[in-house]
Amino acid sequence: MENLNLVLPEIFVSLSIMFLLVLGVFKNDSSKLIFNISLLVLLITATITLNETSNIDHTTLFNNSVVIDHMSSLMKIITLVGAFLVLVISFNYLKTFKIFKIEYPILILSSVLGMMVMISSNDLMVFYIGLELQSLALYVLATFNRDQLKSSEAGLKYFVLSALSSGLLLYGCSLIYGFSGSTNFDVISNQLNSSNYVLTFGIVFILVGLAFKISAVPFHMWAPDVYEGSPTSVTLFFTMVPKIAALTVFIRFLYVPFLNLIDQWQMIIIFLSIASMLFGAIAAIGQTNIKRLIAYSSIGHIGYTLAGLATGSNEGIQSSIVYITIYVIMNLAFFSCLLMLKRNNQYYEDIEDLSGLSKNHPLLSLSFLVILFSLAGIPPLAGFFAKFYIFTAVLEQSMYFLAIVGLLSTVIAAFYYLRIIKIIYFDKEKEKYDDDHSLWLKFSLTFSTILILLYFIFPSQLIEVVSRINII
Amino acid sequence: MNFPILSSLILLPVIGALFLFFTKDKNGNNLTAKYVSLFTTIVNFLISIYLWISFDQSTSSFQFIEDREWINGFINYKVGVDGISILFIILTTFITLICIISVNNTIKVRLRDFLIAILIMESFMIGVFCALDLVVFYLFFEAGLIPMFLIIGIWGGPKRVYSAFKFFLYTLLGSVLMLVAIISIYWISGTTDVMKLYELGIDAKYQNLLWLAFFSSFAVKTPMWPVHTWLPDAHVEAPTAGSVLLAAILLKMAGYGFIRFSLGLFPIASEIFTPLIYTLSVIAIVFTSLIALMQEDMKKLIAYSSVAHMGFVTLGIFTIQQQGIEGSIIQMISHGLVSAALFLCVGVVYDRMHSRLISSYGGIVTIIPKYSVLFMLFTLAALGLPGTSGFIGEFLILMGAFKDNFIVAVIASLGVILGAAYMLWLYKRVVFGKLINTDLIKMVDLNKSEYFILTCLAVPTLFFGFYPDPLINTIEVSVNDLINTYNANLISK
Repeated sequence: MENLNLVLPEIFVSLSIMFLLVLGVFKNDSSKLIFNISLLVLLITATITLNETSNIDHTTLFNNSVVIDHMSSLMKIITLVGAFLVLVISFNYLKTFKIFKIEYPILILSSVLGMMVMISSNDLMVFYIGLELQSLALYVLATFNRDQLKSSEAGLKYFVLSALSSGLLLYGCSLIYGFSGSTNFDVISNQLNSSNYVLTFGIVFILVGLAFKISAVPFHMWAPDVYEGSPTSVTLFFTMVPKIAALTVFIRFLYVPFLNLIDQWQMIIIFLSIASMLFGAIAAIGQTNIKRLIAYSSIGHIGYTLAGLATGSNEGIQSSIVYITIYVIMNLAFFSCLLMLKRNNQYYEDIEDLSGLSKNHPLLSLSFLVILFSLAGIPPLAGFFAKFYIFTAVLEQSMYFLAIVGLLSTVIAAFYYLRIIKIIYFDKEKEKYDDDHSLWLKFSLTFSTILILLYFIFPSQLIEVVSRINII
Repeated sequence: MNFPILSSLILLPVIGALFLFFTKDKNGNNLTAKYVSLFTTIVNFLISIYLWISFDQSTSSFQFIEDREWINGFINYKVGVDGISILFIILTTFITLICIISVNNTIKVRLRDFLIAILIMESFMIGVFCALDLVVFYLFFEAGLIPMFLIIGIWGGPKRVYSAFKFFLYTLLGSVLMLVAIISIYWISGTTDVMKLYELGIDAKYQNLLWLAFFSSFAVKTPMWPVHTWLPDAHVEAPTAGSVLLAAILLKMAGYGFIRFSLGLFPIASEIFTPLIYTLSVIAIVFTSLIALMQEDMKKLIAYSSVAHMGFVTLGIFTIQQQGIEGSIIQMISHGLVSAALFLCVGVVYDRMHSRLISSYGGIVTIIPKYSVLFMLFTLAALGLPGTSGFIGEFLILMGAFKDNFIVAVIASLGVILGAAYMLWLYKRVVFGKLINTDLIKMVDLNKSEYFILTCLAVPTLFFGFYPDPLINTIEVSVNDLINTYNANLISK
């Protein structure tokens, strides 16, 4: 009998989703209740994950198709906490747009369930199931503000392109199955005696599918449109949470079955990384909408994360995980700021709307300042350390070209971050924004900003947690 | 465990800034903020003086070392001072104090935020000069960009946005290559601890590239020709206190970096690239002096003169002679005092007339005599008149240069003449001559705080001009040791 305790978090979330669905049907006006229960579910799941898996080094379940190790538990906890914070800070936003419905928390819960399955997957089939569960929930979330044209357009675009990439991914899976005789990661890795070109095709197709999910160049086209069109709280969710799960799968897929074929995929990852870093930096310069800008910025940041993956070393993987963790915190802080730009029940999302913010809202502007400099990677803020770890890992493998291109693109990227700071601090002020923000929004902003600001005092803690992850 | 005196020097301004953060700014006039920042900087200055007094001048080893684990088994937070860095720390605390006093006259809006920026800047600058780990150094070196960007951008002149961006992006572009070099050093040598690296040395085959990477950062910051173009823009647009910090201390970070890292870590590469440095320095000295002659804006003229003076500094450093390096350090200290004073002098007339154009002045000697006398003193110090600290620096540098390379020294000496030309011509056009612009009659002479600041700067300028021994004694052993290690490294490889 399998030890079901280890998948207790997943079981708990699925049962909760079913319960909440039923509750939503039978009870009128239950959106607030369901919202609160979902928060509770996320918290409890995070606690269970922390407890159940903290002392487990590496275990597999269900014929080796599910794996529980340090990476899976850490990534699950980040996902759960991220989803929790997204939910709490989107409360007021949803109310303003009158889309505060029971489906919202339930969809978020089901996409989180999909991500948890993805994170733990050790088999192509399990991975695909998780991915689809996650994606289907995300399509609906993107169109959640269905009375708005842009939102529906975003969802449709996302759905069509994502379905295409899923198709490619499945085709890759079938090729790999055909030539190794198994979908299980461990078995595949044992079957790889001679490098086979068709197998490489399979890897490429799967990489394309995964690159699409994390919006790496050249599979990024959907990101700016979807980010702009979706409701801001959903955009926040898009930029943070699905990337964690996709990155985990990325790591596991490359490093468990195909580590021996590193010569075949390393160049692809380097290309994706360089293209994303440069494109993200250059394309963001001309943007006028903050959400579009942050989409390009997230493309750039994914480029750095991939640079860590391209190294083929444990240090590289660890640095990627540190990077994505710090990136999630910075994004949370940035969107918390964005959600505060509200006046007369309307949210503002043009860069020009930030003009002269520092005169009327000194504290909010200060947070913006810290976050933007951190995103630009200027020391002593957290963003610098994230980049520092990545480039340390990259240079350990003597990949000088990648490191230099990456650092030069930080200079280009610094330009558009500075432009926002310029608009906030140097330009003429506009009308005041509302000050009555929810406590949670204030909390998440203060908390994440302080974390970014003071990261340099305790840089070792995060490293210590991440350094337990040994995939190779 | 001794009292962590260097860390307290670094931390104190931050604590002061935090305190300021909780005061209220009323109509741009905030007495509490002024007093708090004044108090912080005075205490910091006194601590640095105490540091100098208790500093042991007879040894070249680092003192007041603090070594703490920072990033697990990877990088330590390590600070310490030797004879070279201690002078820069005192310069920093002194000039910041001067800036804080001068703020009274110049900054009208958001005073509190300005003081916070200056205090944070101070702590980063001190950090640069006492960091003994490459990563810690880089951290402070780069972090200084943030407050400076804001100082230029928020309180600057009409073209402030352009200047602030140019300053930030130029410096960042130079520095990222240094980061690559620092991380590479970690993988080559297994440590980024400067003291350990001095002992281990760095493999000769990597030195050239690493040297170039460090050079790209320091050359922009110095600034050396042809990457100096950010400096005139930044100086002209920055508020007076910002220009003072920029000229007096930020530029010195690069000179200090050349001595500490380029010479100390990469002797073989330094030897190879000395001709490059000589060429660029000589071009900087002659070319920017000529440009300075043509300037119509007083601040721009002084900015170009800074480039020329820093040309002398880089020239002196790479002579690898006792006199040359000592001269460079004294020249940096002297330039720190004199350029700060000159920018303050320009600030004084700008506050009254709101013009920095030379042509709008002339004949002010009878209207504001006190000002004219002090301005004269600093003009003469800038051109290196004997009896001022500027002379000692330039003289020692040229002595070192003559020993090493005759032609370079001769051309550099030409720069001294050009320096006299543009400074004296500036003074003549502003202070003497006929009073044409009748608005000038209404000008009032120096007020108490301006008088006090300029005197504070004049005293050390003259004192070290006549009696440079305190400076030379402090740096002598360290410089001597640096040159000996340098030569020993060259011979052994």
